[in-house]
Amino acid sequence: MDLAFTKEEQAFREEVRSFFRDNVPPDTRRKLVEGRHLSKDEMVTWWRILNKKGWGVSHWPKQYGGTGWTSVQHYIFNEELQSYPAPQPLAFGVSMVGPVIYTFGNEEQKKKYLPRIANVDDWWCQGFSEPGSGSDLASLKTKAERKGDKWIINGQKTWTTLAQHADMIFCLCRTDPAAKKQMGISFIVFSMNSKGVTVRPIQTIDGGAEVNEVFFDDVEVPIENLIGEENKGWDYAKFLLGNERTGIARVGVSKERLRRIRDLAGKVESAGRPIIEDAAFREKLAACEIELKALELTQLRVVADEGKHGKGKPNPASSVLKIKGSEIQQTTTELLMEVIGPFAAPYDVHGDDGSNEAMDWTAQIAPSYFNNRKVSIYGGSNEIQRNIIAKAVLGL
Amino acid sequence: MDFDLSEEQRLLKESIDGLLTDSYDFESRKKYMKEKGGWSKAVWLKLADQGLLGLPFSEADGGFGGGGVETMIVMEALGKALVLEPYLPTVVIGGGFLRHAGTDAQKAAHVPGIVDGSKTLAFAQLEKNSRYDLFDVTTTAKKKGDGWIIDGEKFVVLNGENADTLIVTARTKGDRRDKTGIGVFLVPADAKGVTKKSYPTQDGLHAADISFTGVEVGADAALGNPEDSLALIERVVDEARIALCAEAVGLMDESLKTTVEYIKTRKQFGVPIGSFQSLQHRASDMFVAAEQARSMSMFATMAGDFEDAKERTIAIAAAKVQIGKSLKFVGQQAIQLHGGIGMTMEAKIGHYFKRLTMIENTFGDTDYHQRRVADSGGLI
Repeated sequence: MDLAFTKEEQAFREEVRSFFRDNVPPDTRRKLVEGRHLSKDEMVTWWRILNKKGWGVSHWPKQYGGTGWTSVQHYIFNEELQSYPAPQPLAFGVSMVGPVIYTFGNEEQKKKYLPRIANVDDWWCQGFSEPGSGSDLASLKTKAERKGDKWIINGQKTWTTLAQHADMIFCLCRTDPAAKKQMGISFIVFSMNSKGVTVRPIQTIDGGAEVNEVFFDDVEVPIENLIGEENKGWDYAKFLLGNERTGIARVGVSKERLRRIRDLAGKVESAGRPIIEDAAFREKLAACEIELKALELTQLRVVADEGKHGKGKPNPASSVLKIKGSEIQQTTTELLMEVIGPFAAPYDVHGDDGSNEAMDWTAQIAPSYFNNRKVSIYGGSNEIQRNIIAKAVLGL
Repeated sequence: MDFDLSEEQRLLKESIDGLLTDSYDFESRKKYMKEKGGWSKAVWLKLADQGLLGLPFSEADGGFGGGGVETMIVMEALGKALVLEPYLPTVVIGGGFLRHAGTDAQKAAHVPGIVDGSKTLAFAQLEKNSRYDLFDVTTTAKKKGDGWIIDGEKFVVLNGENADTLIVTARTKGDRRDKTGIGVFLVPADAKGVTKKSYPTQDGLHAADISFTGVEVGADAALGNPEDSLALIERVVDEARIALCAEAVGLMDESLKTTVEYIKTRKQFGVPIGSFQSLQHRASDMFVAAEQARSMSMFATMAGDFEDAKERTIAIAAAKVQIGKSLKFVGQQAIQLHGGIGMTMEAKIGHYFKRLTMIENTFGDTDYHQRRVADSGGLI
């Protein structure tokens, strides 16, 4: 047992850190620190910088543009990226559909899609959830019917994150209505500009609109857009969801937020002195830091295990990551609310135009608190995670 | 970065797990508890035979040169089996003082007896009002000739009844809460002026309240600098905290395992109660708590070797907080999921719960350590 990073790993951390320092556009970083939404341009600009460096799809196999890093290097990269902070690669392309295509797709599909995913020439979105199929995803109803050399797709997806920017969607569609629920599903990709695709924004409680409803009305999709085998889509979906076990803890994100809390708590006054001098507040902050330290260690255990024994058999501790990671993210947003106190209330009517400087740093704190309620719901709600632990780990 | 055990460490784990599986089922434990001082000499000698009592001592001192990870492995196993024998006071704490501060003569006088199982130790530190502050010491050690005269009262001294030698913290200078002027002394348990009042503790161990009245010891009784040993005490107590974290992890593992087995077999409404989602989720949360505790126990173990004393002690404090929170949740929920049977002395789960509970209040509880982390300027 050894907690220390090797010299090479420490040098790698320095390299990554200084690359971020020199290359992340300062305004992009500031907006992330303040919890603001980024424009499509801001995100794509950064991802292309990352891709030019060769780090856009770092965890892919080398022949498709990956880096060949060790699992510890991936961990360091992610931690530095999250805690700088810089925008994380677009998960829907880089972490989700990309690995499905290079694992199950044919040569033509790999050639066609992978480089465009890496450079974000196509913005991808995920067509999984439906109004009637949330946690019970396999009950989905959107159907794809084969008609000559085309699929005809009808149905509705929901919670489609950033679909308003998307060029492409990967979609779970029912292709065999007679089969048992998991068996008749296929994994089909197509253009969001296809005729019959309608995107309608859903306004969320933070005032933002990062999720959408997407409607398919007789959308015609070329037959070759099926990935892998027909009716095997559920397997690919499970592969996709199981692929990213460690990033989900978002330890770096929470670290960055805790540093911000400490910084703000040194400036904001309560009872005539900085709130950090209040013992009760300090203890709450310490409690959160300790939880995060434990989570970081749990994550490192999983990372070290993967590095040594491969990704084949997941470490049981990996199921802790989503539950604790989301709880801690939510706690950090609660602590931020506590720091700013009554200044949580004003609504950011001016946006980020600099006209209300006094408020700039508080404006996004309440929305960020509201928005972060999602993290224990998405990606398999924490209740589903507990079902998984009960079944897969405890054998209940 | 590596969280795996080495081959030797894996063998150590197998050997102690094997030994305890053979000689430490719940029924045997009840018998051991009735022996003098509350633990079994025969089991203690078996631990000695396997080299476990000499584990942390250097080979030059007659030990096996084990480090923090080896102690973690042993303590986890002792926790899992709910062992009564005084490994913590004798090997971890007593051994710790001797390793860090013992002169060659002191080591020669005490280490062989620890290693072969013939002698045990106890740590007489807690005072009536000192609570968790190690520097809060009123017991005095006054110079007399070359030696010292010790006066004062110590409480809840684990293994106080059986110990051959007491390790006593006492003030050689200054006032009650001064951080300097504290010494550590080796006192024979049968020295004139030592009076013990022994009793069982809530978790089935045995402790004693011990008063020292004009107890005379020689110059060779002082471990380290008799006028400035707080750093030494903190270091050894940190090692005790690390060991308690590991013991708690073993206790939590066994509590969770026992609970899951129980809810798989206990039937109500015609089905195993483990088929109910509310119980499944509770058990999952116990698993999460136990894993977070395991992570921090490993962290504490590795922090034991940190060069910087402040960094070390804050890391260990953080671990004790996590362990304290996890053990409370796992312990309480283990009883809840057992239902009525969990409330009985007959079922083993309650005994695990009681030992876990006492660990929280040993060498600093959750609030105490959380405050230390909070006041240190943070962990991140």
